Amino acid sequence: MALELYLDLHSQPCRSVYMFAKKNNIPFEFKKISLLDGEQYGEEFGKITLIRQVPALRDGDFCLAESIAILLYLAEKFKTADFWYPADLQQRARINEYLSWQHTGIRLHGSKVFWLQLLLPKLLGVEVPQDKLDAALEDLDSSLKLIEEKFIQDKPFIAGDHISLADLVAIAEVMQPVGSGLDVFEGRPKLSAWRDRVQAAIGKELFDEAHQMILGGVPVMDVSKMQVLKSKIIRLFL
Amino acid sequence: MMELYLDLLSSPCRSVFLFPKVVGIPFEFKHVDLLSGQQHSEEFGKISIVRKVPVMKDGSFILTESTAILQYLAQKYSSSVADHWYPADLQQRARVDEYLSWQHMNLRAHGTKVLLLKFMYPLVMDSEPPKEKVDAAVEDLNQSLKLLEEKFLQSKPFIIGEQISLADLVAIVELMQPTGVGVDVFEGRPKLIAWRERVKQVLGEELFDETHEKIMKASSRKQRTPQMEMMKPRLQKLLG
Repeated sequence: MALELYLDLHSQPCRSVYMFAKKNNIPFEFKKISLLDGEQYGEEFGKITLIRQVPALRDGDFCLAESIAILLYLAEKFKTADFWYPADLQQRARINEYLSWQHTGIRLHGSKVFWLQLLLPKLLGVEVPQDKLDAALEDLDSSLKLIEEKFIQDKPFIAGDHISLADLVAIAEVMQPVGSGLDVFEGRPKLSAWRDRVQAAIGKELFDEAHQMILGGVPVMDVSKMQVLKSKIIRLFL
Repeated sequence: MMELYLDLLSSPCRSVFLFPKVVGIPFEFKHVDLLSGQQHSEEFGKISIVRKVPVMKDGSFILTESTAILQYLAQKYSSSVADHWYPADLQQRARVDEYLSWQHMNLRAHGTKVLLLKFMYPLVMDSEPPKEKVDAAVEDLNQSLKLLEEKFLQSKPFIIGEQISLADLVAIVELMQPTGVGVDVFEGRPKLIAWRERVKQVLGEELFDETHEKIMKASSRKQRTPQMEMMKPRLQKLLG
């Protein structure tokens, strides 16, 4: 049985895993889980992971959730080039540092802006108070600033001269609010330059393919399937 | 000697404190007093612009993020640190990585929110937090605890199986956070209690209790410091 990756490319961590696997020619079966259709709450997916989130991996009878864990697993199993997750102690630590920080450092804020600016009002018809959106944008701004000042600094990539898992995870998160119409790169030349380098290292075709869904605007959906997700999102972000 | 910048009120500081103590890695404890705002000092800003703890300084190499620090120490001292802490085996290591990733936005986030609402809010805002916010936070925490039991522990002695790993260490310190302010997450959960006792036994009961002394006394702190004013915006954001 081939390796299975359960993915929805609306999701940032799914994009990182998708780009990594494709870039490294890791053979896998793409198992689509439509988040907006609530497929993560289905019985079948519950057998893959009780965490009920994507991405998820099934390798024989071994199931794994959490994109960071999946990326590290794939890098090790398929012995990808050292620069993705270097064996060097300090370089690896820099990458681990980013992979840890990003959960609450950028992921939370980028997701929040995406939901508050696009999906909640335009798809679900939920009114979003301006002060909430402003607060989310402010948090996102601080995050992007920290990415530039602490993680990238004057280096080409987060870990130094080469792209690594850190950049792959970062770029997917930074692109999320872009999907809701916010140009995060405007007025941030350092971030733009880094994005260009990351895009070039991944390959423009693969990058664009991975981001096609998120850049497609408001999806056409049957919102009646979104009630569970809707209440979770409101609880989390409003 | 390696320096660890810590405040034991903080859960990630406790895992970073416990690990080298248990496996015998020497370090110098550099106290950063969070409640008096020491993380905002100019001096600490030179250590880390993120201004959070824990921070590790190993020679000239400075590292933030507790899970990164734990992984660094396990790797650097791999010849003397037992394999089970962060196994070389692909699938076992993946199980540790899965927990270390999941916990940020789940157990850690919800446990912290309960602590902020029950402990910091009354101190800083000088009033009780809105009941529905506390109830929602406790419900979220309960969901995380359920997943900890049903997905991560199941019927195993420790998260990855027969032996303790970084996952259990990171988990236990987070559970002590709400517990320290009166929300006893272990009450009515015999499975979690049994796991806690196993973890305590491996770490050493005395060391565990010593490490958690400050958080367990948190509720008795009634003194409001001027630096707590700085927490107001964060708390207001938390409540929406």
